[in-house]
Amino acid sequence: MRTRRTGKGGTRAGIVVAAAMCSMGVLLVGSYVSAEQVNRLTIEDLTIETRVAAPEGHPLGSELISGWEFRTPETQVLQQDDFQNPAFLWVEQAEEAWETEEGAAGKSCASCHGDASESMAGVRAQMPKWNAAAGRPMTMEQHINACRTDRMEAEAWKWESDAMLGMTAYLGLQSRGLPVAVQTDGPMADWIARGKELYYSRVGQLDMACANCHEGYYGQYIRADRLSQGHTNGFPTYRLKWQKLGSLHRRFSGCMKQVRAVPYKRGSEEFVALEAYLASRGGGLSVETPAVRQ
Amino acid sequence: MYKPMHKLHLKLCATAVAIGAAALAGFAVLDAARADTAPAYQIVDGAIADSLTGVPGDPEKGKQVMLNRRLGNCVACHEISAFADQPFHGEIGPPLDGAGDRWTPEELRAIVANPKAVFEGTIMPAFYRTDGFSRVADKFENKTILSAQDVEDVIAYLKTFKE
Repeated sequence: MRTRRTGKGGTRAGIVVAAAMCSMGVLLVGSYVSAEQVNRLTIEDLTIETRVAAPEGHPLGSELISGWEFRTPETQVLQQDDFQNPAFLWVEQAEEAWETEEGAAGKSCASCHGDASESMAGVRAQMPKWNAAAGRPMTMEQHINACRTDRMEAEAWKWESDAMLGMTAYLGLQSRGLPVAVQTDGPMADWIARGKELYYSRVGQLDMACANCHEGYYGQYIRADRLSQGHTNGFPTYRLKWQKLGSLHRRFSGCMKQVRAVPYKRGSEEFVALEAYLASRGGGLSVETPAVRQ
Repeated sequence: MYKPMHKLHLKLCATAVAIGAAALAGFAVLDAARADTAPAYQIVDGAIADSLTGVPGDPEKGKQVMLNRRLGNCVACHEISAFADQPFHGEIGPPLDGAGDRWTPEELRAIVANPKAVFEGTIMPAFYRTDGFSRVADKFENKTILSAQDVEDVIAYLKTFKE
């Protein structure tokens, strides 16, 4: 029998019972967003807040709604059980990598950070985070690579590599259930303003901004795709369409290509700024990393 | 029933006239590389009065353009009873049934060519326009989504959408 150590405890029997109960709830209620909706995302013993009240004057209105709620019951249920969530194949590899010494300095992540379930708890919820030495906010990927090159003297991982996706998922998991709470003041204010500008800027031959779909028409369909509010709390996410785990910046890039625009590069200042703005926009929603989406 | 107020159009008309005048005065030469392909039309009172090609539209071809996912892809956003055999109609835009009753062909031409000049802030792409975009992918740079004749064919088909 496989075991999944997530740092949050829980027995397999408990997981199965909880997942079965949740699936029944989902099947009974359906996945359509409505005022009466009562289905809840529960993983192991952890309740994930997929709806939270929006602060006064929020552009999305009164409620922030996780992308999980916009998906079909078949997709939702995959995230309710870590044994069914395919992202955990990457997480398990990252859990091993955490303990593995690499690079000229002969260190592993654990050499400095010890038990990830303690040292990394809450970290994902604050990403991207201002780094005073670098003079810019850094995403989880950028923090990981800074550790690898500067402290471990190992090679940086590529943004969309399996190793990087796994490690960002594993570290994100240590914040699962905690509210997204990115810094918005001080030096972050300019970055968030820049991200906001990008969010509302139309691009590409189809001339669309993020806001056109994800603010103006969430809950509605384009073809068979149901538009979400575009929150970032589940990334990296296992996407059925990709058949693998993927980064938030990959998702940004995909949206930009769909509107026939030239995407910014993964890790670019533009995407980091957009990530910061979206994190602030979705503040209060639970971290769901690694989520499962369509 | 979807007809907008026409306040905006006076301004747009004035802008279009100004652009036209500038082009006549020779400013268009500065952008000679695009001059051959850039669409030339004026939207007046939410309508384009003249055919974009002078060739009457073919409704059957228009239907194919509307269905094609790389061209019109209309059901991505609009529900259309005539395409009931197509799965998954979107709901972002208004249903197109009866569009031929609600709009004149001249208005339909403007809505398809550049809907933002008719409905301010709409999400709908401009199907016959090349200017005013940013970060357009190389493949689509300075290209319109539809050709002028495609637009005329689509109008000819939309005209048949009666309640």
